[in-house]
Amino acid sequence: MTLPMYVSPEQLMKDRADYARKGIARGRSVLVLSYRTGIALVAENPSTTLHKVSELYDRMAFAAVGKYNEFENLRVAGIRYADLRGYSYDRSDVTARGLANAYAQTLGTIFTQESKPYEVEIAVAQVGQRPEDDQIFRLTYDGSVTDEPGFVAMGGASEELTGQLRERFTPGSSTLKEALALAMAVLGGSAEERQLDAGQLEVAVLDRRRPRRAFRRLRGPLLESLLDQADPTADVPTVDDARPGPHDTLTGEAPERPERSDGREHTNPQTQHPGEEHQDPQDQHGPGAGGGSTEGQET
Amino acid sequence: MSGAVPDSRRLPASFLATGSSSFSEFLGAHAPQLLPGAGLPEQGRVDVPHGTTIVALTFADGVVLVGDRRATMGSFIANRDMEKVFSADEYSAVGIAGTAGVAVEMVKLFQVELEHYEKIEGTLLSVEGKANRLAAMIRGNLGNAMRGLSVVPLFVGYDLETRSGRIFSYDLTGGCYEEQRHHSVGSGSLFARGALKKLWHPGLAEDQAVDVAVEALYDAADDDSATGGPDLGRGIWPTCAVVTAGGVRFVTDDRLEELVTALLARRRSNPGGAR
Repeated sequence: MTLPMYVSPEQLMKDRADYARKGIARGRSVLVLSYRTGIALVAENPSTTLHKVSELYDRMAFAAVGKYNEFENLRVAGIRYADLRGYSYDRSDVTARGLANAYAQTLGTIFTQESKPYEVEIAVAQVGQRPEDDQIFRLTYDGSVTDEPGFVAMGGASEELTGQLRERFTPGSSTLKEALALAMAVLGGSAEERQLDAGQLEVAVLDRRRPRRAFRRLRGPLLESLLDQADPTADVPTVDDARPGPHDTLTGEAPERPERSDGREHTNPQTQHPGEEHQDPQDQHGPGAGGGSTEGQET
Repeated sequence: MSGAVPDSRRLPASFLATGSSSFSEFLGAHAPQLLPGAGLPEQGRVDVPHGTTIVALTFADGVVLVGDRRATMGSFIANRDMEKVFSADEYSAVGIAGTAGVAVEMVKLFQVELEHYEKIEGTLLSVEGKANRLAAMIRGNLGNAMRGLSVVPLFVGYDLETRSGRIFSYDLTGGCYEEQRHHSVGSGSLFARGALKKLWHPGLAEDQAVDVAVEALYDAADDDSATGGPDLGRGIWPTCAVVTAGGVRFVTDDRLEELVTALLARRRSNPGGAR
């Protein structure tokens, strides 16, 4: 007698969910926090090359926990989605909501139809002009999507972390330094008391004061001084490192601005709004710079 | 166009496919109708605006790229303040001659291509890598070029390895050639090249380099009716990009006005610029 065993749909879905949840719980946590001049993405990740947070588009970033190969696949798909949308319509038509929907549909279909669900949890963040305009979407392995006000905690102990953040975090009014201090305390205290340092954290920001590409990774002396409570540095500069090369990371190693005689904004067919054009990152001052170190620069 | 991007369905398999960091390859596989110049009719010729002269030259700290502002349709001036010089990314710029519509679309795709690679790979492409990506796009336009809708760009970049400015020119089949010292493309390029040979020196400073580029473009406009000269009445000056270790920067209109005014004063009663 080899009757196929009957498994109820409820049981099937529960098994899949348990499987995915177990995979996610093994990983370390990621926090996304909206602060006064931007959105901070903080991951416990000792690797400097295999990232958990990443740039998606001008004002959008991606954060993930779980299986690297699976969320890396989703990250690339998100960049393709955003670039295709921006190329075929306009850069301003790329929204986090649209991408979150596409991710939700994708994860939902994979959860029910593929032989194994993705063991990932991801967040899509979009920085606005003001903290109230920030959007953070959280997506889980089964395709559920939630619009989180001000902060998201993902990973193994996400419920506990969310509870702590709800008690101790006021989105939108904290400085970056306060947000990072809290993130460090919450992440360090999740399992057993541990003191985290800059080397174990992967930190990036979406800086709302920047004109076009708002995403910058934080590393080196700048990150150390932001995490050091005795240090007065409370926010990231809106000017990139002077060293030539890729400017996706702020290290604070060479804060001086190189000598530049004069400059006009770029003529860029991609950014069709005069005044909001892509400026050279070296020349960025950010409209209405709040607490940054942007004073005393000539245009 | 809306078919290319799903609004509320799952991302198609091509989005989740692994392998390529190239946006134009992804576009070719997923939405080829969005490639520059795609879907143009196989037969017949049309009168469309053409961009004209682009000048590039190296100097001590990098490279300068200058373009005039005129677009022509036959003997008719289609546009007198068109921009033909664009920044491609932080360390490179591209100037376009040829069919304006296809060329501008190609520059737009090229900009997305470079940024897409940056985001996926987390690093910048080498100057040669960028030049080769542009070559592949030109090659893709060969069918249109054979019907008269050609695009001939001039690509300049600052090489972070060798710490110098580099110039690349192209032919219609996507052939990519590195040029030494200076180069020019477009209908007025013969005259501009003649001027560049006499005006360029090794080790020019940035100000001198911009001055030489503007003067070469002036000589092109002097003898080529399709190249626009400086327009004092309307205040239309060439577009001038300077690419150095500090990134791409565009020279301000005020500075260009000074340079052009001085140039015109020098050329008064010395129209050929003999020296």
